[in-house]
Amino acid sequence: MTGLWREQIRRRVLALSRTDVCIMNRPVYPTNIFDPVSTPAQAIIELSWLVLWICAGIFVIVVGLLTYILIRFRHRRADTDEPPQVYGSTQIELAWTVIPLLTVVVLFLVTTRTIRAVQSAVPPAEALQVTIVGHQWWWEIRYPALGIVTANEVHVPVSDRARPQPTFLRLESVDVAHSFWVPRLAGKTDVIPNRDNHMWIEPFEAGLYLGQCAEYCGTQHANMLLRIMVHSRGDFERWVAAQQQPPVRDLSVQAGRDLFQATACVNCHTVRETVANGTFGPDLSHLMSRATLGAGVVDNTLQNLQAWMKNPQHLKPGNLMPDMKLTPQELEHIVAYLATLK
Amino acid sequence: MINATAHTYHAEPTEEALPSRGRVGMVCLIATEAALFSIFVVAYLFYIGKSLIGPYPAQVLEVPMLPTICLLASSATIMLAERALRQGYGVLFKGWWFLTMLLGVAFLYATAVEWYRLIFTHHLTISTNLFGTTFYSLVGFHAMHVTVGLMLLTLVLILSLCGYVTQAQSERVAALSLYWHFVDVVWIVVFLVVYVIGR
Amino acid sequence: MAFEYPLARPQAEAPRLPLLVQLHDWVVTVDHKRLGIMYVCTGLLFFAVAGLEASIMRWQLAFPNHNVVAPEVFNRLFTMHGTTMVFLVGMPLILGLANYLIPLMIGARDLAFPRLNAFGFWLSLFGGVLLYFSYLGGEGLSGAGTAPDVGWFAYAPLTERAFSRGHSTDYWILSLLVSGIGSVATSINIVTTVFCMRCKGMTLARMPLFVWMLLVVAGMILFAMPPLTAAQLMLLLDRYLGARFFDTQAGGSAVLWQHFFWIFGHPEVYILMLPGFAAVSEIIPVFSRKPMFGYAAMVGATLAIAFISMGVWAHHMFTVGMSAMANAFFTASTMLIAVPTGIKIFNWLATMYGGKIRFATPMLFCIGFLFQFLCAGLTGIMLAASPFDWQLSDSYFVVAHFHYVLIGGLLFTIFAAIHYWFPKATGKMLSETLGRWHFWLLVIGFNLTFGPQHIAGILGMPRRIYTYAPGRGWELWNLLSSVGVAFQALAVLFFVWNVIRALRQGPPAGDDPWDAWTLEWTTTSPPPEYNFETLPEVQSRRPLWDLKHPHDPDWHHE
Repeated sequence: MTGLWREQIRRRVLALSRTDVCIMNRPVYPTNIFDPVSTPAQAIIELSWLVLWICAGIFVIVVGLLTYILIRFRHRRADTDEPPQVYGSTQIELAWTVIPLLTVVVLFLVTTRTIRAVQSAVPPAEALQVTIVGHQWWWEIRYPALGIVTANEVHVPVSDRARPQPTFLRLESVDVAHSFWVPRLAGKTDVIPNRDNHMWIEPFEAGLYLGQCAEYCGTQHANMLLRIMVHSRGDFERWVAAQQQPPVRDLSVQAGRDLFQATACVNCHTVRETVANGTFGPDLSHLMSRATLGAGVVDNTLQNLQAWMKNPQHLKPGNLMPDMKLTPQELEHIVAYLATLK
Repeated sequence: MINATAHTYHAEPTEEALPSRGRVGMVCLIATEAALFSIFVVAYLFYIGKSLIGPYPAQVLEVPMLPTICLLASSATIMLAERALRQGYGVLFKGWWFLTMLLGVAFLYATAVEWYRLIFTHHLTISTNLFGTTFYSLVGFHAMHVTVGLMLLTLVLILSLCGYVTQAQSERVAALSLYWHFVDVVWIVVFLVVYVIGR
Repeated sequence: MAFEYPLARPQAEAPRLPLLVQLHDWVVTVDHKRLGIMYVCTGLLFFAVAGLEASIMRWQLAFPNHNVVAPEVFNRLFTMHGTTMVFLVGMPLILGLANYLIPLMIGARDLAFPRLNAFGFWLSLFGGVLLYFSYLGGEGLSGAGTAPDVGWFAYAPLTERAFSRGHSTDYWILSLLVSGIGSVATSINIVTTVFCMRCKGMTLARMPLFVWMLLVVAGMILFAMPPLTAAQLMLLLDRYLGARFFDTQAGGSAVLWQHFFWIFGHPEVYILMLPGFAAVSEIIPVFSRKPMFGYAAMVGATLAIAFISMGVWAHHMFTVGMSAMANAFFTASTMLIAVPTGIKIFNWLATMYGGKIRFATPMLFCIGFLFQFLCAGLTGIMLAASPFDWQLSDSYFVVAHFHYVLIGGLLFTIFAAIHYWFPKATGKMLSETLGRWHFWLLVIGFNLTFGPQHIAGILGMPRRIYTYAPGRGWELWNLLSSVGVAFQALAVLFFVWNVIRALRQGPPAGDDPWDAWTLEWTTTSPPPEYNFETLPEVQSRRPLWDLKHPHDPDWHHE
């Protein structure tokens, strides 16, 4: 038993050394708030450095004082007298009231500048408008102007200084409170039912950025992950075009499609230009264009799709898609059909 | 660095008339209950105009002048009762005390009549809309405090009829009447918020 | 170095009563000392339980995708851990200390309303029992019952009937309503006692700082508890009578719950922390052999903290989408509250400066507190800068921050207080050696667990997640954090051993083992039921100093 346990520990330590210490591959920390790639995140970090330095200064002073006091004024064994009894000193106390007060005022003024810079931004005409709708436990992503509805992955164009194109997000929830957090792109903003919140990102580097829900929203809060793909202009346009296409109609999977449209699937899911128009679950029109299933709980492979369809509760226990209790044949047909929805 | 205010200190400790425990305790209770009511009042104010469906306040609320007068008058009568007891007039005390209770009961009766009308004529319940929710909870919470107050007043009346409430007990009666005044003040606030501002 | 106060009489050996009679005496007692001890024992018992809950969570989070408990169970664990620690550990511990010490420190025989005192205690205890009954109440232990799983601040509308079926939320509401009433009852008692029962000569300006701070805390409870009670009543109405307070479909506001909760929640954390400051303000002077530096400023700072703390609540809601002006206001008020808190730290340092510091166990814990609370305060300033908070809120950085406040701050001061006043309450001395083991193990374990969590938060790890995928860079910090638990558990075991050993065979303490200066040290250890042979009369803030130093009494200088 101990041999097996030792083997487990060894494997875990090896995994650790691979992921964390390897600075060669960037980014090792895909959600590091100190590695911003977007204007609001950048503004936040600039303020944060100032705050950190001030706090570091205070820390050094106070800990230094404390250490000095502990060493200098410790009781020596032979000493039996009481030390001089000092009751206070108005001057000293005034000093250590006024100086912190001034520090706080300075910090406050600097902070207010950043608050305004981030919160009072007005979307320029070219800004991309995206609506994020929080569900338990997945993200619905809508592009109202482009007529696109997808799930869990947000695709946006990169913004360059010459032609800035920020993305403005409108945040809504259909059930409970969530929070949209992609650390390298912006601070988090809560996604609250009956309340329209707004935030914006302006990524200046293309790439994949990760995030997840940051407000406890129930059983599978931990698996409500986010992927933001920042594309170059051209790539973004190509993605939009692909998403705007109607879903693939592959005749070889007719059996699966018929089965899908005849079962309860259509009550929760939408596949455009079919009878499936449910909105409780994610839009499946371009399911296979996404990198993950179940809001990031597993990669989107055929095998995982099969496992999910067999029983979603195994991969994401407690999630709101019930076990559809498909027979093996039904399972095969439906998976074959879904696999064509690129 | 010793503060050298070297004066000869007389060994006389400072004397203070410390307040009575009953009063201080009651004031604390009132403070905490006031904080409780404030939250319900804030909720009421916050939700004014936010109901998605009717009935709406202006449609169904009638200003309760008579019950308000009853309750405010009961504050006056309880003060008179308190004074009578402190001066030693037992019968007068019982009389004013009983009148206070009657006025309190009248207030509750009027509230019941109003609620009956709202529920059965206008179909406004606590779950109808935000107005219903905040109205019944705020007014109901106040009515609950009036009821508890009445129960305590009844207890004192019974004790006084049995002869236990004497001039020496006037401090305790004073503490209880503080509570009754508090209930009154809360009503003034509720009245303003619900029937004046909110309508 | 025990000082013999001339009038102290050794207690006559009482005949040993049968066990049942002894138990009955404890159950029906209205003696503030016994109730105080029961409060503290309740707090420590729930501390062990909540610590166990945390240990299971840390075991789960030690590795990515680790499968120790089901997600539902984990969610119940963090909810119960937080709820227990705040309401069933923190509140009983501080109210227990207040209960035991205030009458002794002001020269009174008991609190103002002894029966109300007992009532408050039993309500608190019963509330705790009700909360834990939830584990059994539903599907039974194997299904982890219907213990609350909505987080300790139970945000709406997750707590509405639609999303929280079953009774988990109801247990949360009812148990806290019950223990909340207990807390308010005790607070009324404390305020009345301090205003009405001080001994002759003890003006408000001559009270020990401990009494001042607990007076302020009791006042804060009176104003801060009702918002929670009100919000919970509203939630109860929503769940059972179909009210619409937080029903977003009917136009209700989820944010309103947050406002109400944090109007309670923020003062609550100061309510928890101030008694720690109170204990430290008694212990540091005695072990530095100097009076508290700047008594008036300490009182003023405490009052300032109490007032300002009522106006900072929305710094828990910076990410909710409030206006820039609201965010700026709460940033200002939160940063402002750092000033009186900092003043206190400087006053404690100044008390130690020029003194002759003895490193007995109570003092060790105070020093640990000073260092760790400084860290907590500084991370608090970082969080006060709202843009920074937009990144750090709801992440492990916040978890680290508040554990530095509550464990590094409050728990360390509680241990300091227990070590300091245990001799008075029991008449026995705790072991210094075991105390040192306890202290150092706790320092190592605590910092090992919560230090790395700052980094995990900075690296983007949100809180309240039952697992995490590898590849975010969180693995190392979580592992370190989990390893620290072992040290903390060991530290607590040393403490338990210390207490049991001292009760059985600890050396007698005498009236005044620490050569201290406040009234509780003028009576026997343990004090008789009536506290003092004759009620004392004081002329200064340190009556015992005056008696020990008749040539240089305090009232020459105050």
